[in-house]
Amino acid sequence: MTSTPNSNRADSAVRIVSLYPDLLGTYGDGGNALVLSRRLEWRGIAVEHISIDAGAPIPDSADLYLVGGGEDGPQVQAARELERSQGLHRAVDKGAVVLAICAGMQILGHRFPDATGTSRGGVGLLDCETVRVNRPRAVGELLATNARLTTTHGLIELGPLTGFENHAGRTVPGSNAVSLASVEVGEGNGDGSEGVVTGTVVGTYLHGPALARNPRLADALLEWIVGPAAMTPLDDNDVSTLRAERIHAAREHELAPRRSWRDILRRS
Amino acid sequence: MTAAPAPAPASGQTVKIRPRARLAVLVGRTVAWASRVVHFGTGSVIGGRVSLLIDPNLLAELTRSRDVAVISATNGKTTTTKLLSVALGSRQPVVSNWLGANMTPGIVAALATSNATDTAVLEVDERWVDSVLRATNASTVVLLNLSRDQLDRTQEVRKLAEQWRTALAATPPCTVIANADDPLVTWAALAAPNVTWIATGQEWTADAAGCPACSGRIDFVGTEWACTSCDLKRPPVDVVVEDETISINGRNFHSPLALPGRVNRVNAAFALAASTAMGTDLDAAFDALDDVAEVAGRYRVTEFGDVNIRLLLAKNPAGWHEALELLEGPSTPLVIAINARIADGHDPSWLWDVDYERVGNRLVIAIGERRHDLAVRFRYGNITHCVADSLEDALNLVRKSPDFDPTVPVDVASNYTAFQDHLEKVGGVL
Ligand SMILES: [Zn+2]
Repeated sequence: MTSTPNSNRADSAVRIVSLYPDLLGTYGDGGNALVLSRRLEWRGIAVEHISIDAGAPIPDSADLYLVGGGEDGPQVQAARELERSQGLHRAVDKGAVVLAICAGMQILGHRFPDATGTSRGGVGLLDCETVRVNRPRAVGELLATNARLTTTHGLIELGPLTGFENHAGRTVPGSNAVSLASVEVGEGNGDGSEGVVTGTVVGTYLHGPALARNPRLADALLEWIVGPAAMTPLDDNDVSTLRAERIHAAREHELAPRRSWRDILRRS
Repeated sequence: MTAAPAPAPASGQTVKIRPRARLAVLVGRTVAWASRVVHFGTGSVIGGRVSLLIDPNLLAELTRSRDVAVISATNGKTTTTKLLSVALGSRQPVVSNWLGANMTPGIVAALATSNATDTAVLEVDERWVDSVLRATNASTVVLLNLSRDQLDRTQEVRKLAEQWRTALAATPPCTVIANADDPLVTWAALAAPNVTWIATGQEWTADAAGCPACSGRIDFVGTEWACTSCDLKRPPVDVVVEDETISINGRNFHSPLALPGRVNRVNAAFALAASTAMGTDLDAAFDALDDVAEVAGRYRVTEFGDVNIRLLLAKNPAGWHEALELLEGPSTPLVIAINARIADGHDPSWLWDVDYERVGNRLVIAIGERRHDLAVRFRYGNITHCVADSLEDALNLVRKSPDFDPTVPVDVASNYTAFQDHLEKVGGVL
């Protein structure tokens, strides 16, 4: 699965790297790379996508990096490998955009809990810290509003974000971070906010193929790289129907995470 | 590689059962009957539950005088249970729960309807292997595979492998039949004293990149695999499934099975190895199982409306990987149905782990409660597709398609509850 980037690529191609799909790809995370690639191809923009397995060197010259979700054990190993490689750090220094999902977001922060609840050092590319809290695992539909992203091209409104979440732990953004959105239904970060953004690094609890349900988030990440002029409109009829249905389901609490009175008090 | 079957009393011989167990069976059957009368399902699970309330040791009691085989896996356990029942059935009376009630209550209910000495072939849910082994002292355990399934409600696959390993060490069976190409299964089965290893050629390895023994990385090279950090590696194999051939005990079986696809040759190999371990002649076993054409409705070809359809079941990425082999060939439209009820798992994110692009240029019609998730998956796969609200509507669209070939059954591939819905529409299991 590992391959090295092609040094003869056309300069115009957008380069996307999926990091450690062998460790972090439990919930259909490959979908995000597919969505980004297709949305570029359909606009006539060349795209190069590679996957880097754990242990292989991370190229630091790509435009966009995807870090997926995963189980507790592999999450710890992924954090260790990212720290050892430093390739992602160099890429972020050069201005690369990163989307980190669920466990991926947790390990990019300063600290995160491992399978036993012990706090571990994270990669430190996101200014946040994740702690274990005494509540049932948050499993269900997540609906977040007021989603926005400030890029080099200005503020982009993302509309409601919809997805599924499946995580334990509470994520606390630091002073160098802003949240991505506000939770309407579900748990998110645990304090009413959802997702963490530090510079060009974006983290979210919308797990798995988050971009499949949220094309405006996908396009915002791409616009950061190729600029607004290239973002011609696409036929999103299928996804509009799905979004309407899932947003309705979330508001009807069809698959909402269980919430205790303590959670409700904690948030107010 | 084979072990003598556990001695079982001849059929019909009187077997003493404790009065409490007799009462438990009687009440359970009555509850099951009452449940059927008021049309509350088949009643077997609720009957089993009530029986277990009266006698918590009932499973041990009901299996004390029989030879027991246990079959578990993420995928293929129902089919393999059916095939092993049929293979053994050519020689001896067999009782089985192959309709899918695969936790202790369902197993107890199935056993309660049989003679006390009939050989039991039991499909067991992955999470129940430990408790069923402890209760039954099964002579033969068949472990097919472990992969991601319903992640929003079940445990990580590594934890399941660990439970299997502990269970086999605590209650060692005479023979374990295990998949040598699934590192998780291999690691679990290595805890047993006597293992028949099957080379299945399993292609889905996405859940086994991390070593279950040491969390190191597993390298897959050709047909071999090995951990890069510890000594876990593919064991020497006893039975090989390759192309159209099953090689077992120095014999090669080439003749085709009625069940289609590579995955069913693998299931048949497990059934043959298990039936041999339990004392059945190989030729008799193969003759019996090569006629099995459907299992609990799976692979059934039937008329629905004016169209011939074929019912296929695929519940998770590994299952779809096998099912897609059957969907790659023809150009006639096909129907895919996905639900996300409790029994399916509420989160269909796994649709993005399935290589649906393999259907090629066929028209695919998405149905089921999560048809719009499917449509988005197909859109990004550049797959020609449309959405319908029911199986009937989908088949109307199929009939109108210029690619519709009335001589070929229309494949309707569904996940668990969608499959049950379709099976009910075409007349149920029996
Ligand atoms: Zn190892």
